[in-house]
Amino acid sequence: MTTSSTASRTGGGPAPRKGPGPRKRPGHVRRLSRRDVLVLSAMVAIPTLIQLIFVWLPTLFSIGLSFLKWNGLDFADMKPAGVDNYRFILQDYPPFWPAIQHNVLWLVFLAVIATPIGLLLAVLLDQNIRGTRIYQSIFFAPVMLSLALVGIIWQLFYQRDNGLLNFLLGTAGTPQAVDWFGDSSVNIWAALIAATWRHAGYVMLLYLAGLKGVDPTLREAAAIDGANSFQTFFRVVFPAMKPVNIVIVVITIIESLRAFDVVYVINRGTNGLELLSALVIQNLVGEGQVLGVGSALATVLLVVSLVPIVFYLTRTFGKDSRS
Amino acid sequence: MSSTTAPRTRSAGRQAGVAVAHDAVQRGSKRKRHYGTHLFLVVMAVMWLVPLGWALYTALRPSWATNQYGYFSVQGPFNFDNFVQAWTQGGFSKYFWNSVIITVPAVLLTLFLASLMAFAVSRVNWKFNITLLIMFTAGNLLPPQVLAAPLFLMMKHFQVPYAVSDSGNMLNTYISVIAVNTAFQIGFCTFVLSNYMKALSPDLTEAALVDGAGLWRQYWEIIMPLCRPAFAALGTLEVIFIYNDFFWPLLFIQNGDRLPVTTAINNLQGQFFNDYNLLAAGAVITVIPTLVIYLLLQRQFVAGLTLGSSKG
Repeated sequence: MTTSSTASRTGGGPAPRKGPGPRKRPGHVRRLSRRDVLVLSAMVAIPTLIQLIFVWLPTLFSIGLSFLKWNGLDFADMKPAGVDNYRFILQDYPPFWPAIQHNVLWLVFLAVIATPIGLLLAVLLDQNIRGTRIYQSIFFAPVMLSLALVGIIWQLFYQRDNGLLNFLLGTAGTPQAVDWFGDSSVNIWAALIAATWRHAGYVMLLYLAGLKGVDPTLREAAAIDGANSFQTFFRVVFPAMKPVNIVIVVITIIESLRAFDVVYVINRGTNGLELLSALVIQNLVGEGQVLGVGSALATVLLVVSLVPIVFYLTRTFGKDSRS
Repeated sequence: MSSTTAPRTRSAGRQAGVAVAHDAVQRGSKRKRHYGTHLFLVVMAVMWLVPLGWALYTALRPSWATNQYGYFSVQGPFNFDNFVQAWTQGGFSKYFWNSVIITVPAVLLTLFLASLMAFAVSRVNWKFNITLLIMFTAGNLLPPQVLAAPLFLMMKHFQVPYAVSDSGNMLNTYISVIAVNTAFQIGFCTFVLSNYMKALSPDLTEAALVDGAGLWRQYWEIIMPLCRPAFAALGTLEVIFIYNDFFWPLLFIQNGDRLPVTTAINNLQGQFFNDYNLLAAGAVITVIPTLVIYLLLQRQFVAGLTLGSSKG
C-alpha cells in the first residue's frame, strides 16, 4: 500500500536527478505518463503486498508473539509475557542447547566436509576428462530430491535390521547392529552424511559454473611463473572465484539453519536430532502447543539467520545502491 | 549470484570459446591420462548411487521374497508389484494430482508476479527500486520456520465460506499452500529476472518510447519475449522447488488426502512401517518426475541455478 502511493508520488513529479553525470539507465521517470504511473503502481503494489502479507508481516508477528502468552484461539486471551518465553528456553527448556549445538555441528560439517567435497568434484570434472557429463549427472541427482525424500531413502540404507549399511558392515542381525537413525549417539552423524550427499552435488555445480568463468589467461600466467597445479589453484583460481565463494558461504550457512525436513522425517527432530527449526514446529503443532515458546525459538532462528542474509545483501547490493 | 550475473554469463560464453581453443592446443601437445582421477570419481560415483540404487532394488522385489531371502540377497523375482500397489492402494495417483494442483498455479503465479516486479525495479528508474529488491531477496532467504506460527494463525483465523473450504478457514486448502509458496518464491525469481532484464540494452525500450509505447507495452511486447530463456530456466527450477516443498503442506494441510506427494510420503512411512519394499517404491515414484525433468531440461535447470544461486 505505502509502496504504491510512493510510486505514484515519485512517478508524478519531475524526475529526481541524482548526482551529477547523466547515468545511462533504461526508462526515465520523467517520461512516465499518468497511465504509466498507474501501470507501474500496480506492477509494484501487487507483488509487494503479497510479499508483505505472507513474508514480512508474519516475521514481525513472530517477534511479537514471542513476548506473549497465548493459546492461539481467542484474541482476547493474549497476555503479555515480557521476556518469560526467552528465559524459559534459555534456562528451563532441555532441548534448546542441544539444538544450538546440533545447528553449529550441522554448519561445521557442511562447511568442512560437504563443501570441500563439492569443490573437489568440480575441480576434477573441470579437467575435461572423459565422461564428465555422466559423473556430473550422478553427483547432481540427489539435489533433485527433496530433503524429506533424502531422509526416507537413507532410512532404507541405514535401517537397523533390513538396511544395507548393517549388511555391508556384517553387523546385521547381531546385537552389534547399529540403529543409525534411532541411536541418539550416532543419528546426527548419519543425518549429516545424508545431507552431505545432497549438499556436495549442489556445491559442485555452482563451482563448475564458477570455474568456467575464470579467465584462462590467469592460469597460463601462473604456469609461466612456474606455479604448480596446487599453487595455481589456491593462489590464483580459487581467489578469482570470489563471487561464487561468497554465494557458497551464504548457501552453506542458510542450509544449515534451514535444515528441517531430514530430521523431521526421521523422528521429528527428537532423540539426538534436535534442531532449532524442528523445535519451533514441535512447539506449534505438538501436544502442548506453546505459541510463545515456539515464537521465541523462531525469533532466535531469525536473528541468527539475519547474519548471513545481511552479509549477502551488502555484498550483492552494496555497489548498486552507492552508484 | 551477484547483481551482474547476466553480463558475466555473456563474457563467460566468450571465455568458454577461448577455453575450447586452449584445450585443443593442449590436447594436441600432450594428453594426460587421468587414471587416478577416474578411479577416484568412479568410487565416488558408486557411493553416490548406492542409496538410490538400493531404494530401486528394494522397490523391485516383492516383500515375500525379501522376507524369505533377506533384504541383502539376490534371489527371487523382480517385478513392479510394489509400484502398482503404491499407486493404487497407497494413493499415489491422488497425491500426484494434489502436487499438480499446487505446483502449476504456484509456478505460473510466481513467474508472472516476479516478472512484473523485476520489470519495475530494473527497467524503470525510480526511488525505491533497490530497497524493494533487497526486501524481496531477503525474504527468500529466511528459514520458513521463522514465519510458520503467524502464517498458521493467519490461515486459521481467516474466515471463508464453507463452499470454499470445509474447515471454514484457509487451513486445509490448496490455496494457502499456493499463496505461501508463491510469496516465498517471488523473491528469488524477481532477483534473477531483474538481473536478466538489467542486462538487456536500454535502447530496446528507448526506441519503443519514441514510438509512444507505454510501460505495459514495453513490458509485454518487448521485454517479456526477450526473457524467454530466463523463464525457461526459472520455470524448470521452480517446478522442482515447489514440487519438492515439504514444509508448507505439512503445516497447513491436515487432511491427509490433500497432501502433495512429497509430504504424503512422510505419512506413508508410518503406514508402511513394516513394508520397506512398498516404502521404497513410493520413494522411487516420488523421485521420478524430478529426475525426468532434470534429464530432459538439464540445460535450463543448470542455467537457472547458476543465474541466481542465492537460493538456499
